[in-house]
Amino acid sequence: MSPHAFAVFAALLRNRSGLTIGPDKLYLLETRLTPLLRQHRIANLDGLATRLAQGRCEKLARAVVEAMATNETYFFRDITPFAHFRDHTLRYLHASRPASASLRLWSAAASTGQEAYSLAMIVAESSPWLGARGIEIVATDIARTPLERARAGHYTQFEIQRGVPMAALVRHFQKQEAGWRIAENLRAMVRFQEWNLLTDLSPLGRFDVIFCRNVLIYFDRPTKMRVLEALAEQLAPDGVLYLGGAETTLGLTSRLVPEPGAPSVYRRVSDATGTIALEMNASSSAAASAIERRPVSRPRSGAFGTS
Amino acid sequence: MAVARCLCLVVDDSRVVRKVARRILETQGFAVEEAENGQLALDACRRHLPGAILLDWNMPVMNGIEFLQNLRREFGPERPPVLFCTTETEMSYIEQAIANGAQEFIMKPFDDDILLAKFAQVGLL
Ligand SMILES: C[S@@+](CC[C@H](N)C(=O)[O-])C[C@H]1O[C@@H](n2cnc3c(N)ncnc32)[C@H](O)[C@@H]1O
Repeated sequence: MSPHAFAVFAALLRNRSGLTIGPDKLYLLETRLTPLLRQHRIANLDGLATRLAQGRCEKLARAVVEAMATNETYFFRDITPFAHFRDHTLRYLHASRPASASLRLWSAAASTGQEAYSLAMIVAESSPWLGARGIEIVATDIARTPLERARAGHYTQFEIQRGVPMAALVRHFQKQEAGWRIAENLRAMVRFQEWNLLTDLSPLGRFDVIFCRNVLIYFDRPTKMRVLEALAEQLAPDGVLYLGGAETTLGLTSRLVPEPGAPSVYRRVSDATGTIALEMNASSSAAASAIERRPVSRPRSGAFGTS
Repeated sequence: MAVARCLCLVVDDSRVVRKVARRILETQGFAVEEAENGQLALDACRRHLPGAILLDWNMPVMNGIEFLQNLRREFGPERPPVLFCTTETEMSYIEQAIANGAQEFIMKPFDDDILLAKFAQVGLL
């Protein structure tokens, strides 16, 4: 591949999806884009770059972006963020919101849907105490093909085994001829939608919980900053953001601070005072009243939802 | 710091499966003992109760579910944790495993990722 071609791919990916690739990732371009050549009858990667540089083929550009995305995901990935969501966030939100308010959850880089369905399983299993509480799960991704799989809710035995505990498998899946299908009530709980995190997020509305995991790692620093700012904007003042294990907000935005003692968990800082915004809502419930007013500079661990 | 290694009993009539499981578990610091059917596994448990059991379903002499029933009757309802590991993948088998006190269910074929994910799910890793 010529240096020029490499530059064309790198710029296209960076502008469209935020994916940053250095020259050390040349092999990745080759392995992931070569299948596209055959499909589109292009002789080699230089030829593909030339076509893209002409800027006339939107479909081809999209295909390149999709082919370069890493879609790997699994149910209950890393376990602890999901346990935190189940044991703290969901309980807190349920206690602090009026009964008529729906809780809105967002899986912001949903890939093939395992993250969104993991949340749906937790919600379903919390129904004894959630009662009639409305819960909306929105799951978005830039890539169309994985979203189609997500909507179908059909998973291979391998995908199931990597993350779904036996008890959840029995409760929430049906065996198919090949693989397993998510139960219809869970499938109906999630709305899958194509959405690029680099575009305006405001049409998606406000969310109480955002899972945006294992996607920022692919972005360069300015893109991470920009996306985190945009996520903060969509997060309710007392909402919670979950990032991937190798991701952080530290040094990237002052609007989202890590929850002490809870890895991958971030909260919004109120814009005006620099205090954790949670306190503004801390009167409406027992769970919430356990949370004391505290300045961001002196965060205390374990106060959230531990009552 | 000397920590006693967790002993995992691998029960399977296939020598290859026992070998593969042993290799994966030993890399994670488990000590491994093998048994090729349920009866031999029960004998092993009576000598020394392991910290975990990886259990095949279809075996000669005594199959996995019979072994599990005996184990729970003799040693109580929860310990040691039992992870089935079988080519049986029908829902009815999984339900039977749960009803008889198994903690997890691995469908063959398995690999390192799956085995270790399941051991993590039951708190062994
Ligand atoms: C590694 S997966 C993460 C899946 C899941 N969140 C998890 O943690 O397991 C990364 C996903 O991010 C998506 N992605 C990459 N750039 C994106 C963008 N700019 N907007 C939305 N999704 C994007 C990819 O298509 C891919 O499905």
